[in-house]
Amino acid sequence: MVSDPNLYDYWPYAGRPQIRWPGSKKLAFWIAPNIEYYEFAPPPNPKRQPWPRGNPDIQSYTQRLWGNTVGHWRLMELLDRHGMRGSISLSIGLIDHHPEIIEACAARDWEFFSHGIYNTRYSYGMDAAQERAVIEDSIRSVEAATGQRIRGYLAPALTHTEDTLDLIADMDFWYTCDLFQDDQPQQIKTKTGKLVSMPYSLEVNDVITYSVMGYDPFQYADILKRHFDQLLEEGEDSGTVMCIPLHAYLVSQPHRLRAFEDALKHVAAHSDDVWITTGREIAAHFRENYWETASADIAARGVVTGGTGFAPAE
Amino acid sequence: MPLPNDYLTYPHRRHGVDHDRFAWTPDTQRAPLELTGGKKAVAFIIVPLEFFPLDPPAEPFKHPGAMKTPYPDLRHYTTRDYGNRVGVFRLLKFLDAAGLKATFAVNAEVAERYPPLMAAIREAGHEVAAHGVSTAHIHHEGLSEAEETALIGRCRAVLPEATSWLSPARNESYRTPDLLAAAGYTTLLDWEADQRPLSFATENGPLTALPLMHELSDFKLMVDNRQQADVWADQIIEAARFHVVDHARAGAQCFGFTLTPYVAGQPFRAASVKRLLNTLSAMDGLEVCPAGEVAGLFAQAGPQAD
Repeated sequence: MVSDPNLYDYWPYAGRPQIRWPGSKKLAFWIAPNIEYYEFAPPPNPKRQPWPRGNPDIQSYTQRLWGNTVGHWRLMELLDRHGMRGSISLSIGLIDHHPEIIEACAARDWEFFSHGIYNTRYSYGMDAAQERAVIEDSIRSVEAATGQRIRGYLAPALTHTEDTLDLIADMDFWYTCDLFQDDQPQQIKTKTGKLVSMPYSLEVNDVITYSVMGYDPFQYADILKRHFDQLLEEGEDSGTVMCIPLHAYLVSQPHRLRAFEDALKHVAAHSDDVWITTGREIAAHFRENYWETASADIAARGVVTGGTGFAPAE
Repeated sequence: MPLPNDYLTYPHRRHGVDHDRFAWTPDTQRAPLELTGGKKAVAFIIVPLEFFPLDPPAEPFKHPGAMKTPYPDLRHYTTRDYGNRVGVFRLLKFLDAAGLKATFAVNAEVAERYPPLMAAIREAGHEVAAHGVSTAHIHHEGLSEAEETALIGRCRAVLPEATSWLSPARNESYRTPDLLAAAGYTTLLDWEADQRPLSFATENGPLTALPLMHELSDFKLMVDNRQQADVWADQIIEAARFHVVDHARAGAQCFGFTLTPYVAGQPFRAASVKRLLNTLSAMDGLEVCPAGEVAGLFAQAGPQAD
């Protein structure tokens, strides 16, 4: 075990070189609906029990199933109304269970990225070959269903190993949503590849705001607007990223969806300054235009420690 | 088997407190104090800069905010690191805009890891206080005196200018204040036993204890208690107004509160933080200054009751 994962170098937020998004936009905004499949009878994992109450957990399982049967479709139509595309954090197994969802999203040119096979199968305890198999399954399954080559990763249920980021970088992924240290992209120190840490979010993620913090829908909408306003203001200096990670089983509830739509309207009203896009496109823009700039600034004003993730410099 | 009979003996049962760190006088039975400069109350702002390692010990308990999920908990590691990379620079900007100076209580490991951050704090003219080695180095009775002295010595070496001290998790052993005084610290932020600077006896000369109010902690109110940022900010403003008004009854008083970078430095809390700092800065009768300057404002104000 290490104290410091050494996945990225220290890069002070103030005084960074200016990032501009396409069209000279100041804030890159993306929405990441998590379309997850939780198993009815998941196997045990030595580090985490899938259902805290034990199998089967009817209440928790059916709430998530409701999300795929009803909630997702409401959310998709809501994004349609505002001309926004989703970047789907996908439980890959859902391709087999609910191909109708995949088809509907693909028809809208939404992006898919991997969130593991099921959200009840954790990375804890996997060796590198097993974790590689999950990632290869992800690439193969989405490609077969949609023709799309996935470029992003969010480990299932945020469970990681020391190998996770090296593995996805080695398989030519462009971005990871697993890290929360910044409001701008930054390169990850992997052994191979060219992997960007993409601002996702826990703080404005509906699981945190609804299930952990217990905020009401109006508080959540208010938080989203404030978060957006601040990051847009700071985008004047250097382009920022805001992601809203969602789960239809929470945000699409009948008592919550209209409040959420108010927040989306607020975002849409600022489209002159905001690039409403997908995770893949933000990662591509950073990799192509700012990778070297960021490296040079980190070397000049940050703290470069050498080595790679979980492999510190000798 | 019953408890031993000496469980019913009470060797420290007497008037005042059950230790020798300070004398006890109730608030209404001591002379009111006044402040140099004529203000009525003092607020001080503590910005804790903490390093949360990926492999935290639980010795003697897990530090609040430490890793929660199985190793490697990248989720909490990076969420805390956000504060030191991004959130703190937001707070520096808002403090500057409000014209306020704060006390940055810094883990030695943060100072060692992030020199550019230390340079930004020093350049802005804020107070740098010592905050132990890291969140993995809690002071407690299980440490030997040599071990605890070594921890304090490391902080002294890394932050030579610091005169104020905040312990990690605000936890101490019985001997911690004695060792802090020996190491040259003069202001102690762990004890919130009064509303005015409190002269605190140690084996190595006195410290001044200042009331950093746990009930106004941003971590406690907004993370543990899940309050909205405007509600949190309103309570600090209320505390400041209360003390300004209460001056007529009780004389000058002081209080401190925290701005934790990974909590108060979140974008969606920014508007509330800005409003809070601007309101305190403009409040009639309120002095806002670094912790290390608080005692001096009181000490020059006439006779101190004790």
